[in-house]
Amino acid sequence: MAAIDLRPPRLTVGPLAWVRKNLFSTWYNTALTLGVSWLLYSSLKSAALWSQTEARWGVIEANLTLFMIGQYPREELWRIWLVIYLLAALVGLAWGTWRNAARGFAVMALGAGAAFALICFALNWEAWINWLIADAILLIFFLIGNFLPYASRVTVVGWLLYFPAIFLLVAGSRHIAALPPVEMSAWSGLLLTLLLTIVGNLGSLPLGILLALGRQSKLPIVRYFSIGYIELIRGVPLVTVLYMADILLPLFLPVDVRPDRVIRAMVGFILFEAAYQAENVRGGLQSIHRGQYEAAHALGLSGALTTALIVLPQALRAVVPALFNSFISLFKDTSLVAIIGLFDLLRIARSVIAQPEWLGTHREVYLFAFLIYWGFNLAFTYGNRRVEQALGVGKR
Amino acid sequence: MIYKAFWRDIRFLQMLAQGIFVILLALAAGYLYVNVTANLQRQGLTVGYGFMKNPASFDIGESYIPYQASDPYQRALIVGVVNTLVVSLVGILLTTIVGVLVGIARLSTNWLVNKLAAAYVGVLRNTPLIIQLMFWYFGVILQLPSVKQAIELPGPAFLTNRGIYLPWTETTATFPAWRMYLILAIISVFVIWFVLQIARSRASIPLSPSWNLSYLVIPVLILWLGAEIQPAPPITPYLPELAGLNFKGGLRLTPEFAALLFGLVLYTGAFIAEIVRAGILAVSRGQVEAARSLGLTNGQTLRLIVFPQALRVIIPPLTSQYLNLAKNSSLAIAIGYPDLFSIAGTVFNQTGAAIEIIVVMMLSYLSLSLFTSLIMNIYNSRTRLVER
Repeated sequence: MAAIDLRPPRLTVGPLAWVRKNLFSTWYNTALTLGVSWLLYSSLKSAALWSQTEARWGVIEANLTLFMIGQYPREELWRIWLVIYLLAALVGLAWGTWRNAARGFAVMALGAGAAFALICFALNWEAWINWLIADAILLIFFLIGNFLPYASRVTVVGWLLYFPAIFLLVAGSRHIAALPPVEMSAWSGLLLTLLLTIVGNLGSLPLGILLALGRQSKLPIVRYFSIGYIELIRGVPLVTVLYMADILLPLFLPVDVRPDRVIRAMVGFILFEAAYQAENVRGGLQSIHRGQYEAAHALGLSGALTTALIVLPQALRAVVPALFNSFISLFKDTSLVAIIGLFDLLRIARSVIAQPEWLGTHREVYLFAFLIYWGFNLAFTYGNRRVEQALGVGKR
Repeated sequence: MIYKAFWRDIRFLQMLAQGIFVILLALAAGYLYVNVTANLQRQGLTVGYGFMKNPASFDIGESYIPYQASDPYQRALIVGVVNTLVVSLVGILLTTIVGVLVGIARLSTNWLVNKLAAAYVGVLRNTPLIIQLMFWYFGVILQLPSVKQAIELPGPAFLTNRGIYLPWTETTATFPAWRMYLILAIISVFVIWFVLQIARSRASIPLSPSWNLSYLVIPVLILWLGAEIQPAPPITPYLPELAGLNFKGGLRLTPEFAALLFGLVLYTGAFIAEIVRAGILAVSRGQVEAARSLGLTNGQTLRLIVFPQALRVIIPPLTSQYLNLAKNSSLAIAIGYPDLFSIAGTVFNQTGAAIEIIVVMMLSYLSLSLFTSLIMNIYNSRTRLVER
């Protein structure tokens, strides 16, 4: 007679069952778990030991402002804060206007402001109050957004005006007494990194759309020109394009025109990114159903109007995720301007290490720069997901 | 028949549009040409490749082909191309291994392994490669102990701030003979394949599968005969050992090469891991279930059913990652590895030949990219689904 198994069935819920199922299900999973745990433990232990004993974190504290804005004149610092205040106001307005669609993003911005305030409270006395003000502005404009007439339109116009406003504030103007011009060579640090990202993306989009349309064109010369440009740029490294912009651009311009290095780098990014944006947009153009063209034709729209009013709006919405990915990768790629001698976050990090009193602090400084890039990319990725949801990409 | 005015004829309009486009392009090109000549005249420069024959008179840290400072510029640039190729090829090989392993780890049922792989991918993909390279170079490899206190790993391999020393092999006197036997054995495999193919097409009944054993037997026979003629082994181990102030023997990776390779492999590996994961997930669940119900083991299912199908999804994005790795090797300049970009930069600084150098540089990278995509496209068309 077969023995009857009288033991109770194995536990399937609770933490113990979870551990058994996810960590020790088979003998090799057990071995893997133990091996990986040991590796993790020993590396975390030595990292923690290093960070508590050997690491000189003072280098970050002492140079925080340098990392953020580099050589930007300190007496004009208020302009950078104004840029941040404006951002806070616009995020708050968007939250008040669109509620759910913008809430996640706004809450994140609020949290980031609070976190920065907390960090600055320990490191930099002057900065923390500014972050608190930014958070307060965000909340005030959230309330305003709730009651404002035509809130949606105001918010959109505000965002559109925001990007030119950044440049006006950062660069200043000879005609405005309160905003004396700031030399472009003084734009540096994280500020330069972010400016390059914004210019590279916004500037390359129109060119990218034109190239994508050119690649789809029925005119062979236009098509082959677009294909040639896109494939040429995609076949070479970004550094060579930046290098080309830095060295050849002055040669190709009239003798008396000598744009600043920052402008040259921006041109390089725009030329480079346009080829990638074109491929993104082409994906969107190809996703448009034939019926859309036919319907537009039947309504009597001309080719140009069909493209502008029917095809492009749908195509661009379809490629929002891809455009955001380009945005993120361009943000990472801006660090290459350090090679052609611009003082972005990375180059500033290198110059900080070169200071006599902070020699040998490579790990601390690079880890800090690493964390900044990583943090921004996490935020961008999150924003991407929210925008996708708001636009209903892939649902409509 | 309807006669249209010619300015309403679509063919005419298309030609007109292209004509305008060409004229605009020509105008732009002409404008740039005028500017370039004016600028060059002002700087007293001429365009031409004559300088390529002049002696380079700078040293290069590492080179896989003979080079000295008195060699001409063209030789220096070729050294750069070879250095780029070496680091790209080794990098592509290693990053594929890393990527596949991490990609599979991302699908592991083991929570810890899964999350660790996810963290690796998430962190490395979201930070700039150049910072990673600088961290590995300045923060890790240059901070390794000096030669005297080298970290010894089994092998023996030694980690020092002067470079990484790995066990390697040395060829002996019998190496040329053995190389010939090996080539003969490889040729024999092709001959057997060819002969069997002909025999199959002529035979009236299917050939016995045991004929396939000849693929194994004949090459082994050739190699055994070789061993009878030349009993001495073709290679001997060549181990690094401490000799005076430095290590002798073994394979030395310079700190620059090691950091560049390490950074490129880990960075690209994170992207490849996501591609491999997506490829494996793209194989429909029914395929795995069908394989299981046919009695295949887990390993067999992965090897015979899932992987061949996943490969079709994986190859195209993998190609672009290989291209990215080759292009990203140009960041070597940040840590001082003498690749094409860095040497071209030095040549430009010495000669001021901006246009010529940039053309050479772009053409080299472009042909490298086109060549890689050509090979991968051939491989892709072989693994592609054959629609019936």
